[in-house]
Amino acid sequence: MPEPGWLPLQRADALLATLREAGYRVVGPQVADGIIRYGPLGEAAALPWGVRVEADAGRWRLRRTGEGRAFAWANGPQALKPLLFAPEETLWRTDADGRPAPQAPEAPPPTAVIGVRACDLAALALLDAHFLRPGREDPWYAARRSGLLLVAVHCTHPAATCFCASTGDGPEAREGHDLALWELEEGWLVEAAGAAGERLLAALPLEAPPAGAAERARTEVAAAAAAQTRRLPEGPLQARLFERLDHPRWAQVGERCLACGSCTAVCPTCFCHAAEERPGLDGSSARVRRWSSCFTEGHSYIHGIVLRPDARSRYRQWLTHKLGAWHAQYGRSGCVGCGRCIAWCPAAIDLVEEMEAIVGDA
Amino acid sequence: MATPEPVPGIDLPVPARVAGRVQESPTIVTLRLELEDPARQAAFRFAPGQFNMLHLPGVGEVPISISSDPDHDTFLGHTVRMVGRVTRALARLPVGARLGVRGPFGRGWPLEAARGGDVVVLAGGLGCAPVVGAVRYVLHRRRDYGRLVVMQGVKHAEDLIWRAQYEAWAREPDVQVLLAADVAGGDWPWNVGPVTELLEGARFDRGRCTVLMCGPEPMMIAAARRLEALGVPAAAIHLSMERNMQCALGRCGHCQIGPWFVCRDGPVFRYDRIRPLLGVRGF
Ligand SMILES: Cc1cc2nc3c(=O)[nH]c(=O)nc-3n(C[C@H](O)[C@H](O)[C@H](O)COP(=O)(O)OP(=O)(O)OC[C@H]3O[C@@H](n4cnc5c(N)ncnc54)[C@H](O)[C@@H]3O)c2cc1C
Ligand code: SF4
Ligand code: SF4
Ligand code: FES
Repeated sequence: MPEPGWLPLQRADALLATLREAGYRVVGPQVADGIIRYGPLGEAAALPWGVRVEADAGRWRLRRTGEGRAFAWANGPQALKPLLFAPEETLWRTDADGRPAPQAPEAPPPTAVIGVRACDLAALALLDAHFLRPGREDPWYAARRSGLLLVAVHCTHPAATCFCASTGDGPEAREGHDLALWELEEGWLVEAAGAAGERLLAALPLEAPPAGAAERARTEVAAAAAAQTRRLPEGPLQARLFERLDHPRWAQVGERCLACGSCTAVCPTCFCHAAEERPGLDGSSARVRRWSSCFTEGHSYIHGIVLRPDARSRYRQWLTHKLGAWHAQYGRSGCVGCGRCIAWCPAAIDLVEEMEAIVGDA
Repeated sequence: MATPEPVPGIDLPVPARVAGRVQESPTIVTLRLELEDPARQAAFRFAPGQFNMLHLPGVGEVPISISSDPDHDTFLGHTVRMVGRVTRALARLPVGARLGVRGPFGRGWPLEAARGGDVVVLAGGLGCAPVVGAVRYVLHRRRDYGRLVVMQGVKHAEDLIWRAQYEAWAREPDVQVLLAADVAGGDWPWNVGPVTELLEGARFDRGRCTVLMCGPEPMMIAAARRLEALGVPAAAIHLSMERNMQCALGRCGHCQIGPWFVCRDGPVFRYDRIRPLLGVRGF
């Protein structure tokens, strides 16, 4: 593997320029409408410089510090999931005679995403396992996935809601990325992983890192892991969860849960979607799939019955799937410790606390 | 990464025509479908117990079992009970109407493994389509199987469809047909009571049989428990499960029961495997 290079922060735009020259459209995090959102990134100045995130159960706030870092925050409500598993996608159309007209999956131009976190990479691996199952690859997901280049950033400033260290997924980005940045006050230490990353690394106008930069960077990321206070109970939790389907805590959390589906919407691994028919005025029709959630009534509907009529059974479905059945389906838990569901829950429900109560005593 | 194209018949529906329809009862219709592409129709392979997704343009798409014979029929048979928006529109399709078909999906009945033993079919509710295909399959290959016992339960005597069919089956050698209605009507020579009570009168080799069940889950659970008490191994009992299905491809997540995707790991499940979550409210 080539040596990491150094990009001083005042030359951050060189990263975007190199990615563009290599043929990528660049997407990155930006402050918009009071949150951090991933979208087309024109210049490095648009990155969330000098902001931190303060998060807790039911709470997510940006705080401006003015410090000279672009990635001193943990995560916003979404990162990669909407780029790959589109919130809404047309699967096929039928013409006025009812003939299916194939709709080629929309393949976006090759896209480089800057600012991907370790938890996002772990979640991506899980989405890949689900949507790219050998022999049954989802063509729509595959089309969006194929041209993706990932520039990871190792986390130095986790939010209070983060617990990726306890799930083993962060804060250091380990696999799935092409380039990785270690951010220090004065610059980025840039590392490559894989052939595409190495080509880009060679094309970047990099300098020799200042003395001790690598050690300082590693120390910061190690401190980020140590700073995390939330921890999931030691797993795997599958057997314990399914043994405790009648635990009284499910009913208690069901009383608080609004069944709004915010958790599944922000969760980077939730994959559920529903299909709907959109008839046109000319007799044609479109089959569209949209994000859905096990918190909706329709999720468990079969003619005349809703199998999960209450928040208790829906909350239990979410966590018995996420932390339990996922092991049987994909060989690991479906939770990557990003803490989004904790921060974005309007009822301030904390899955770590709930799991502690239900399966914490081993 | 090479990006796969949507596969017609799997990811995308292929066009089919209603080649025939039989009104089985006021609310149940059997459609004979033919894929418009004859080569595709000829190449269509499935096993009884598998299902197709039937797409009605402008209306919706629903999972429906294939009730025709995989080797003897040249069409796809689908028996549809009108319960809601899509099934109502499907059941009203005239001959010649076009619709879309994706499939076949899922794991069907273990009819290969069942060879040489008795086959016991237990169906509750109306037009229990998944097992009809299995019964026809066994009757077409009579020498490969031992006794065939068909038990069908209905709520009201007048709900029974295929009455002539049951009577015809009952005349075949080594076939026993037992019918039960919760509420009997005037002309009802059979049992009155739950379908599970029919098990007492069923004659089959309890140690060498395959049981196929479909219908309401409480009925299947009660029957499976009774069968076990009678000495039938749990691994010989198979249940066809229904869950909300949006994709049939293991993608949409709606059909999950614990670790299983019903569309792919089912719809037919072995009782001993699914038992821990069977009847658990919320799964
Ligand atoms: C594997 C399998 C095989 C089936 N085989 C048959 C069959 O051979 N004959 C038959 O008549 N019916 C069968 N069903 C049930 C049939 O799919 C439903 O009756 C149908 O989906 C109801 O749709 P609707 O729009 O008419 O009803 P509505 O009540 O209006 O339902 C609205 C939507 O909810 C979903 N939905 C509702 N009920 C079910 C259900 N039971 N299963 C899955 N999705 C549902 C569908 O997306 C449906 O469009 C089968 C179901 C499954 C899962
Ligand atoms: S369950 Fe919560 S913490 Fe875990 S990956 Fe999903 S959103 Fe993140
Ligand atoms: S069932 Fe619920 S927890 Fe599981 S993927 Fe779907 S929305 Fe997420
Ligand atoms: S029907 Fe979509 S996952 Fe099974």
